[in-house]
Amino acid sequence: MSNKLATLKFEQLKAIKWRDVLISTLMPVIGVLAFILLWHTAAPNINTSLGDFPQPKQVFEQWGNLVDEYNTEQDRADAFYERQEKRNAELLAQDPAAKIDEREFNGRPTFFDKIETSLVTVLSGFFVASVIAIPVGILIGLSQPLYNAINPLIQLFKPVSPLAWLPLVTIVVSAVYVSDSPMFSKSYIISLLTVSLCSLWPTMINTAVGVAGVSKDLINVSRVLRLGWFTHVMKIVLPSAIPMMFTGLRISLGIAWMVLIAAEMLSQNPGLGKFVWDEFQNGSSDSLSRICLAILVIGLIGFLLDRIILILQTYINWDKSAVVR
Amino acid sequence: MSQIHLELTKVGIEFPTPKGPFCALRDVDLKIKKGEFVSLIGHSGCGKSTVLNIVAGLYQATTGGVVLNGREVNEPGPERAVVFQNHSLLPWLTAYENVELGVKRVFKGKKTKAEMREWIEHNLELVHMTHAIHKRPDELSGGMKQRVGIARALAMEPQVLLMDEPFGALDALTRAHLQDSLMEIQNDLGNTVIMITHDVDEAVLLSDRIVMMTNGPAATVGEILDVPLARPRNRLELADNAEYNHYRSAVLRFLYEKQKKIESIDAKRAEKQLDKSEPEKTKSVA
Repeated sequence: MSNKLATLKFEQLKAIKWRDVLISTLMPVIGVLAFILLWHTAAPNINTSLGDFPQPKQVFEQWGNLVDEYNTEQDRADAFYERQEKRNAELLAQDPAAKIDEREFNGRPTFFDKIETSLVTVLSGFFVASVIAIPVGILIGLSQPLYNAINPLIQLFKPVSPLAWLPLVTIVVSAVYVSDSPMFSKSYIISLLTVSLCSLWPTMINTAVGVAGVSKDLINVSRVLRLGWFTHVMKIVLPSAIPMMFTGLRISLGIAWMVLIAAEMLSQNPGLGKFVWDEFQNGSSDSLSRICLAILVIGLIGFLLDRIILILQTYINWDKSAVVR
Repeated sequence: MSQIHLELTKVGIEFPTPKGPFCALRDVDLKIKKGEFVSLIGHSGCGKSTVLNIVAGLYQATTGGVVLNGREVNEPGPERAVVFQNHSLLPWLTAYENVELGVKRVFKGKKTKAEMREWIEHNLELVHMTHAIHKRPDELSGGMKQRVGIARALAMEPQVLLMDEPFGALDALTRAHLQDSLMEIQNDLGNTVIMITHDVDEAVLLSDRIVMMTNGPAATVGEILDVPLARPRNRLELADNAEYNHYRSAVLRFLYEKQKKIESIDAKRAEKQLDKSEPEKTKSVA
């Protein structure tokens, strides 16, 4: 019996096409290694004002440095809170009614804090964009006249670069968003709005196309059942538009992440964009390696964001057999 | 005598085309009694589906009109449920949910939740789909999908059941099964049915009357054939029945002699030479 099982397993193993496995796992590794080798050999030949272009090894070292910086900063924060607690305890011991101030540690944002800031900003910008784009997309998809009215605006604003929006957004936010104790920093609002303005369009267009492309037969079903507007949208229109909608959302999130880095550079939002900009201005011997590292991290995060949307799509889409890639 | 239930009077329809209006139907007159099973048969493109869509309210007749129970039909509604040719189930809903969509619409406030559930299950049972009640259309075969489509229509308790070539896309065996099921249901419920078909056997087997349509453009009712065969009908027994074969050949004669569509290549060529200058015929709407 077990022998039979073993032969069965062996047969299965034999059935696997090793050539295909090799191609699908080994080739990506070879590709990456070749790139690193090329980088490694080419880098010393590029002489910049900040020394030679960094090799992969130096870039990787910077990762260690940034982790160290983060740990040091964490230690400083811990020490700060410890001191504050001790001081407050002493104060309370002397006078139970004493007024205590709890202050937050105000250290330098490290690389990892900047990653967090960037993620929060891009996701809030993307969220604002989606909240506007999906309903508008549904409406203009359902109504041809409305589509005709809005389409010129979409076509006009879609190609506008984030760098063109930024000065405008900055000035408007500075004028409008005035408060004594602002909940969010201005730079955050400016980056968020710029991201939203640029990433709005793909979701809007794709949702509209998806909604307009609902099969005529299903619309006839809806007409015969005399479904109400809301039921029609929820039961017929939205499910059939979901694949297109997610295509739009994916493109939008990709754009949002690209735009964010540029927006952060100029608005000085303490995220990855500012990190790159600061290193550029800093011009130390480590700067180039750090910028390279930031680029790799930005790319990796962009990739992960895309995967997350894909997972979300497989989860929400009714058609589990649909191939998403 | 049962009275007239559904009446089409001088129904005509024109579709706008770039070459001017195209008249698909002209002067279609038809009176249908309650509980009657009527088939519409004709060559493809003769406007059978157009007639059905006008009765369904999906198209608006240009001239004439449709009256159901003394009221004019001018928009779609669940009292004229349609079984579509390609089933048209919502792919994201299970069989149960697909039927539920119509039931909720029709019986809102008339049935309790439990009653609705029972009713939906009852209808799926009628079409023998109890075993796959919670499966989605992509997990069902073509015949099963069409069964669900019929259940969805039946569950709305329509006054008229409209079927647009309901079995056209199925293989012969599945089709025979579904025809038997449909006859069974029809015996039980006594629905008024209008069915489009291009299958002569199907028409004779199922119908009380067969409405044969002339070829378009400007198609209309050519002949109406009564089929007073006793019910329940059995396809095997009828195969050798002289009466059945007589009806069958009557329909065939109409389709292939009086309304000959397929011309010999020579005749076509000659015709082409004749009216070379004439613009090509506008594609008729099926």
